[in-house]
Amino acid sequence: MPEDLKAFLHSAAMDGLVDWQSYETARQLFGISYPEIERVVLEQGLFPKRYAAQQQLFQLEGQLKLFRARVAVVGCGGLGSCLVEMLARTGIGTLRLIDPDVFAESNLNRQLLCTIDSLGRPKVEVAAERIACLNPAVTVTTVAEALDGKNARRLLAEVDVVVDALDSIPVRRELAHVCRQMNLPLVHGAVTGWYGQVAVQSPGDDLVSRLYSHPGQPEMELSPDNFSAGVAAVASLQAVLAVKVLLDVEPLPANAWFSFDLKEVDLERIDFGSG
Amino acid sequence: MKITVKLFASFREGRFKVESRDIPSSSLVGQLVADLKLPAEKLGVLLVNGRHAELESQLEEGDVCALFPRIGGG
Repeated sequence: MPEDLKAFLHSAAMDGLVDWQSYETARQLFGISYPEIERVVLEQGLFPKRYAAQQQLFQLEGQLKLFRARVAVVGCGGLGSCLVEMLARTGIGTLRLIDPDVFAESNLNRQLLCTIDSLGRPKVEVAAERIACLNPAVTVTTVAEALDGKNARRLLAEVDVVVDALDSIPVRRELAHVCRQMNLPLVHGAVTGWYGQVAVQSPGDDLVSRLYSHPGQPEMELSPDNFSAGVAAVASLQAVLAVKVLLDVEPLPANAWFSFDLKEVDLERIDFGSG
Repeated sequence: MKITVKLFASFREGRFKVESRDIPSSSLVGQLVADLKLPAEKLGVLLVNGRHAELESQLEEGDVCALFPRIGGG
C-alpha cells in the first residue's frame, strides 16, 4: 500500500507539486489521513502545491522540518488567533492549542477567530475548526484548560517550540518558568495599544522573567487596550521568530528583545547587559 | 551630572524618545522616574547601560538609562 501511495503521488505531481485534489484522491484510494499524505509527499521529495509560494524560501528540507515541528500556542485570543492562522498556513505539522476561554463580544475588535457565530464557543474549538478549513494536513490538539504550575509540564510535553500568546502576566511568568525548566524555546509576545514586544527565550534562559521582574507590578493586566492591527503586528513577528527557531535561521538574538512603537513605526532591539 | 534618558512605548507620550538630562549627583533611578512623572504601576524594565536596574540603583555621570513600561496584553 505505501508503495502504491508513493507511485500515485509521483504520478499525480506536476512539476514536483502535489495539489490538494490529489490529497483528496489519495485519501479516498488509500484511506489515510491528510497529515500522513503530506508526510509521504515531503519525504518523497515532492512539494505540496499549497506551499509553492514559499518553496524557494524554505526549500524541501525546511518545509519537511516545519511539517515535523510541534508548536504549542498558549492563548488563542488576540495574538493566538493570528498565530494559529499563520502557523497553519505555513505548514507547521502539529499545533497544540491551549486556552480555557470562550469568545465574548468584546473580543470581536481584534481576535480574528471571533465572529458573531463563535460567540460563547471555546476558543480552542473554533481555532481547530479554522485550521481544518484552511489546512487539514495540520494535526491539531486542543486543551481547554488554563495553563498553571500543575499542568504545564503535561500540556507542553512533546513540543519543540512554545509560543506565548497570553494576556496575563502571572500565567506568562509561570509559562516562562516551566519552559526554562523544560529547556524549551519560548517565543514571547505582548501588546498594549500602539506598543508591543517580542523575544525568543532560549532553552534554559530566563529572559521573560527578567522582562516582568519589576516589583510593584500589578498582578493582572490593566484593562485590555488593543486593536486588531497592533495585535496582528506583534503576532506576525512572533510567527516569524517561531519559524526562525524551527529552521535555525540566523540571526536569532538571545538575551535581547524587540520593542515596538507602532505610533512612531519604530522597532528597536534591546540587548540585556550590552552596555 | 549629565545622563542620557531613553523612553519607550507609552512613556514617550507627552515626553520624549531620547534626551540628555542634567540631574543632581548621586541621583537614584527612582528619582528620575519621579521627575519624569512615570506612573509607578506601569513600570516595566529599567536598564542602566543595558543592565537591569532597580529604582534604588544609583546613576552616574554619562549613564544611559532606558525605561520601559510593562506591556502584558495579548
